[in-house]
Amino acid sequence: MKWEVVIGLETHAQLSTASKIFSGAPTAFGAAPNTQACAFDIALPGVLPVLNRGAVERAIRFGLAVGATINRKSVFARKNYFYPDLPKGYQISQYEIPIVQGGALTIATASGEKTVRLTRAHLEEDAGKSLHEGLHGMTGIDLNRAGTPLLEIVSEPDMRSAAEAVAYAKALHALVKWIGICDGNMQEGSFRCDANVSVRRSGESKLGTRCEIKNLNSFRFLEQAIEFEVRRQVELIEDGGSVVQETRLFDPDRHETRSMRSKEDAHDYRYFPDPDLPPLVLDAAWIERVAAELPELPEAMKTRFEREYALTAYDARVLTSSRELAAYFETVAATLAGSAKLAANWIMGELTAALHKASLDIADSPISAGQLAGLLKRIDDGTISGKIAKEVFDAMWEGAGGGAGHAAGGRTPTTATLSADAIIEERGLKQISDEGALERIVDEVLAANQGVVAEYRSGKEKAFNSLIGKAMQATRGKANPAQVNAILKKKLGA
Amino acid sequence: MPAMLAGSITEVARALRAKRYSCVELTQGLLDRIAQLNPALNAFITIDAERALADARAADAAFAAGNARPLTGIPIAHKDILASAAMRTTCGSKMLANYASPFDAHVADLLKRAGTVLVGKTNMDEFAMGSSSETSFFGPVRNPWNTAYVPGGSSGGSAAAVAARLICGGTGTDTGGSIRQPAALSGICGLKPTYGICSRYGLVAFASSLDQAGPFAQTAEDLALLLNAMAGHDPRDSTSLDRPAEDYARMLAGSRGARPLEGVRIGLPREYFGAGIDADVAAAIDTALGELRALGATTVDIALANVKLAIPVYYVIAPAEASSNLSRFDGVRYGHRASSYSDLDNMYEKTRAEGFGAEVKRRILVGTYVLSHGYYDAYYLKAQQVRRLIAGDFRRAYQSCDVIAGPTAPTAAFRIGAKADDPVEMYLNDIFTVAANLTGAPAMSIPCGFDRSGLPIGLQLQGDAFAEATLLDVAHRFQRATEWHQRAPTLAESTGSLPPEGTQ
Repeated sequence: MKWEVVIGLETHAQLSTASKIFSGAPTAFGAAPNTQACAFDIALPGVLPVLNRGAVERAIRFGLAVGATINRKSVFARKNYFYPDLPKGYQISQYEIPIVQGGALTIATASGEKTVRLTRAHLEEDAGKSLHEGLHGMTGIDLNRAGTPLLEIVSEPDMRSAAEAVAYAKALHALVKWIGICDGNMQEGSFRCDANVSVRRSGESKLGTRCEIKNLNSFRFLEQAIEFEVRRQVELIEDGGSVVQETRLFDPDRHETRSMRSKEDAHDYRYFPDPDLPPLVLDAAWIERVAAELPELPEAMKTRFEREYALTAYDARVLTSSRELAAYFETVAATLAGSAKLAANWIMGELTAALHKASLDIADSPISAGQLAGLLKRIDDGTISGKIAKEVFDAMWEGAGGGAGHAAGGRTPTTATLSADAIIEERGLKQISDEGALERIVDEVLAANQGVVAEYRSGKEKAFNSLIGKAMQATRGKANPAQVNAILKKKLGA
Repeated sequence: MPAMLAGSITEVARALRAKRYSCVELTQGLLDRIAQLNPALNAFITIDAERALADARAADAAFAAGNARPLTGIPIAHKDILASAAMRTTCGSKMLANYASPFDAHVADLLKRAGTVLVGKTNMDEFAMGSSSETSFFGPVRNPWNTAYVPGGSSGGSAAAVAARLICGGTGTDTGGSIRQPAALSGICGLKPTYGICSRYGLVAFASSLDQAGPFAQTAEDLALLLNAMAGHDPRDSTSLDRPAEDYARMLAGSRGARPLEGVRIGLPREYFGAGIDADVAAAIDTALGELRALGATTVDIALANVKLAIPVYYVIAPAEASSNLSRFDGVRYGHRASSYSDLDNMYEKTRAEGFGAEVKRRILVGTYVLSHGYYDAYYLKAQQVRRLIAGDFRRAYQSCDVIAGPTAPTAAFRIGAKADDPVEMYLNDIFTVAANLTGAPAMSIPCGFDRSGLPIGLQLQGDAFAEATLLDVAHRFQRATEWHQRAPTLAESTGSLPPEGTQ
């Protein structure tokens, strides 16, 4: 039996405002409990909410970035329920009329690009936190997070696998960071997903009963939770049972989801428009100004990269996965007119690998775009080979790291931002392209390796490569490999 | 120093400026009077003599320095639903019996800056839910005209204190008539301003879309002075209106001759003059209308077809908002918490069962019900639709009149306990007042006579949004021609146990 998986995500992105959505208290993470909660945040009698326009502007920015409708009038509602970390006994959220409606996001899947439709995005406040550790059986309440502005982004049930859900979450994560509305810090809870998962038999048009898995704060957990949940639902149905609509929690230690509350236990939130806040009315000029200030968006930039730099769709997508990476690439490519592919290969290969290994972000790369451009220029003009370039790259990386220049036997770099030219000069890494010099080297190699030459002559093609390797070795990799190749061929009469 | 009688703000301000007595003398005199009379009236929840005298000394210093303002040195009290940092803010509830607010309500702050002397906080129906001031955790307030009767509510403490001449003015809040009805039943003046004129910051919310703070005083002129200080935009309240400052007393100066209300059209809704109105009330209103006509006003009959639905609409919307507003009283962070409980739900249940009185619980239950899934459309949404219809009726009516007049309440004060067991009967006392809260328009009550038992009767004047100055002008002209507002209760007679005025 073939099963189709249907997934929709609800994502909470914490908006990067300095103060809370309805109060002036700061939103910074990690302060001592309740030191960032003002009278409004702890819901003292008589306090009132005042909307933070910075949060509104970020929501508009998001709506514009996903091609959604920005509702000129939206309404804040109260979602009523009792919980100790919800000081007012209600959460201010948008219910019937959200600020952002519709829109779509393009994601890359195994079978090509796919559009995921968005239902809506609305503004709301976060709740506080209940603390249990070290309180001797009591519960502590930390209201620092209460009132932190959130944008809840709801997708249509357009995803068909855990991998697609992860691709969507990653694209959304990249976008909110790209447009500067969310720091995307998942460890601190700035970006977290709830997944609505259901399964149905292939060809079935009716949706299966869904379960909502709450609070997935890493892409890995998202993937594991969905995969577990899909298996659970399929097994349930195949064993003759049926899925019960409920809210589930993912246990990252046991890699499984478990029931939190059933539909019957679901709260009646008694939503109604918050009488403390007039409807949010946006004037056209504000929306236009936000639109004008919007940076070039990843999709547009990706298309431009394909066109302008003749990159493949894949390369263009990878290079536009963050604004910083795209900017880095463009800086390098600008100095390397005509060799954008070389820039792309090095950034996506060598640089990304080194950054990944060091757990660094592109913004914190020890090698600046200017430095890398200087290096690639020397490959491009034949000063050094690609192999030598890797050595220079390592030297640059370490130089920036604080002076481990001994590895290659050269002198310790004196500055943290050595140019490729300085390293090439200092270490004598310049490619040997002098025809006469190379001929002498090849002659020496041939003389010293008569056995290999004989092997080659007896028809062992591989022996040719061995001879090139010996020539490169003799020059510590500095010989121009193309020239060596040509000279060797000529000498061997190949 | 004999116990003093609080005069009108206008008189007292004149006396202070003329240095006939100092503000400290005045304040001490009133504190003595409060000490004598409050045990019988129960108008105050908190009296802070030290603080009042400190304010009074500051006022005397201002007079000495020559920088006194219109309200400098005027003794007042706040309804105990307005937060004040100086003394506890109880809302008349066990839930907040010892709650100390770290901040002042915006209107309290403005009145402090205006130089008033804060004597204390006044008693009220618990969380402003009631029309009799009987539901307070601190016991019922008694009507100074006859202590066997209620003073009206929910701002009954402020009304009784002003009526008994314990203070010159006071604040109240009006969600469905809670300023106007006690003003009427206590024989004084009270004004509910246009929604958004006075900031709600620090006003502990009952029904946010209806709540509005306003002043109590002996005269319309005094109300204007208090409103001048209380009004103004406050960025901390998103429903506070940002409009140019207005002098609400601007129309009150000068005599304008024998017919000062020439050109003023007074609308008489037939719905306010039908069955259910006490005969004495009807007669007093009729006489008052005659007086207004004699002053030059014309009266026109108008219709407010949907106003009969105001009570049911109000008793859906107000409890709905209240059920949500009162959710914060959960025992977690401040206020009453049950002393023992088995788990979280049990803590909520016991805390709220113990902390709230019967009327508050009743409204939370009603409000929770009307917002529930499956009932929201039939109740809350429908009520909001009818609310707009009622507002439309008033808008049309104001095309043919400037002011709408009628009784503030269908009867004079009733006996304490008379309606305590019949909430619907109690709710019907608000029948003429709730519409102004639903529309957000200003309305006031002024004394216009007495019933056969000597209990005061109030005339309600309503106007379109921002018509406060017109309402105050009509009231002021009426008061220049009549003397109902000058009548004060003779407390010794009504209480039996208190000495006559000024004998100590």
